[in-house]
Amino acid sequence: MATEALALDGIDALYGDSHVLHSVTFSLQEGHVLALLGRNGAGKTTCMNAIIGFLPARKGEIRVFGERVGRLSPEAIARKGVGLVPQGRRVFPTLTVKENLIVAARGKNQLDHVFELFPRLKERTEQHAGSLSGGEQQMLAIGRALMGNPRVLLMDEPSEGLAPLIVAEVGRTIARLKAEGQSIVLVEQNVKLAFDLADEVAILNTGRVAFAGPASAARDNESLITQHLGVF
Amino acid sequence: MLFLLAAGFSLIFGLMRIANLTHGALYMLGAYIGVSILKTVPNLWVAAILSGLVVAVFGGLLEKLILRRLGGNVLGQVLVTLGIAFILADFCLVVWGGDPIPVPTPAFLQRPVRIAGLAFPAYRLAVVIIAIAVGIGLFLFVEKTRLGAMIRAGVDDRDMARAVGIPVSRLFTTVFCLGAALAGAGGVIGGPIMSAYPGLDADMLPLALIVVILGGVGSLVGAFVGSFITGFVYTFGVALLPDLAYVILFLPMILVIAFRPRGLFGKFAA
Repeated sequence: MATEALALDGIDALYGDSHVLHSVTFSLQEGHVLALLGRNGAGKTTCMNAIIGFLPARKGEIRVFGERVGRLSPEAIARKGVGLVPQGRRVFPTLTVKENLIVAARGKNQLDHVFELFPRLKERTEQHAGSLSGGEQQMLAIGRALMGNPRVLLMDEPSEGLAPLIVAEVGRTIARLKAEGQSIVLVEQNVKLAFDLADEVAILNTGRVAFAGPASAARDNESLITQHLGVF
Repeated sequence: MLFLLAAGFSLIFGLMRIANLTHGALYMLGAYIGVSILKTVPNLWVAAILSGLVVAVFGGLLEKLILRRLGGNVLGQVLVTLGIAFILADFCLVVWGGDPIPVPTPAFLQRPVRIAGLAFPAYRLAVVIIAIAVGIGLFLFVEKTRLGAMIRAGVDDRDMARAVGIPVSRLFTTVFCLGAALAGAGGVIGGPIMSAYPGLDADMLPLALIVVILGGVGSLVGAFVGSFITGFVYTFGVALLPDLAYVILFLPMILVIAFRPRGLFGKFAA
């Protein structure tokens, strides 16, 4: 029996008065990739925000390797081993590439590992992150998350707004991290990329889990895909 | 001396975006506490450090207990800090009385120093050197250390900084303490020049504001250059055109706001 790396159990979340997550439940096994899919506004990013603690859940429980983290602050959750590659990348623009990485460092030094994954970052260590290209910023955002030795890596649309060539590179990076045993939650609009990488899939529709199960079962279920994800 | 004042102010205002109008009052509080310490420990530098520590603790409590709850509410911050500035001013009046209290210049710095035929008061020269040393120290701290980078990360994107595990609130309290400490120690070090008197706070706050606006919010280099410009303009203004001293003081600020709203070295529009 594999270890449960991350679990959401009956999560309700609200922005002001609008109810955006309804009793969301899914879990990720250690070393697996879980793709969190759904249309725009289905609540994927909200799930990420709930896990990292930006938007504390009203109800339900979030566990990281069995430990409840639902009431903790984002910095405490990060220290429990959750790494976030946020939507829109959100690198620290006025910091250099190297500073972006070292401010996130915790535990074993991952700087060499990150530079090995992304040699491009190594060439630009002293450059301000705000002046990087979108693809480079995405690499930096991923590298920054890895600096904290995360036990669970949350990736929110890492392919968004990138050229196809870069998307492929990001896909290879995720595949490599998976091969190294990293547990990953991957939010994607790029359904093909997601299915290529995922072991399990959770599909959200208007804040509810419409499907949760093995990726192979979802991939072959055409009506499920057309109903909740659109055609691809 | 102005730099010590303005550096702390710029640190708080620029990095944390808190309009801290207690800064003048913290400076005055520092000066008065320094006066009291000097009665038992007749050493100006010890008094400056101790007074800086006391004011830092006060500043830390202020940030933690009151300012943090106001979040990004700028008007609230302005009103609260202004109110606390008044309370502090009255507190100083009650405790130390209404008469100006001179602060003695350390004996070994009382003689003038001759440089290139011009006589400088040794103490003022020492203050300039301290200001430069503090400036370099702060610059290295903010720009070159990991802690400094973490603070800047928190300024860039507070939530994201927290999501990578940076305890932003705790760091910002520390920065606020540091700014307050600079004000407090500045009050003591400025003592032999300005002495401690009621109204010192109201005299210093506009100067700090001018320096920071001139130099640019959040820029230490700006605070440094701004304090030199303001210091020179003010000193010469008072000596040459005493009636217009304040006009001359505010004129560069108006020009900078009109033609370069970010300040000379600023990163953000003020």
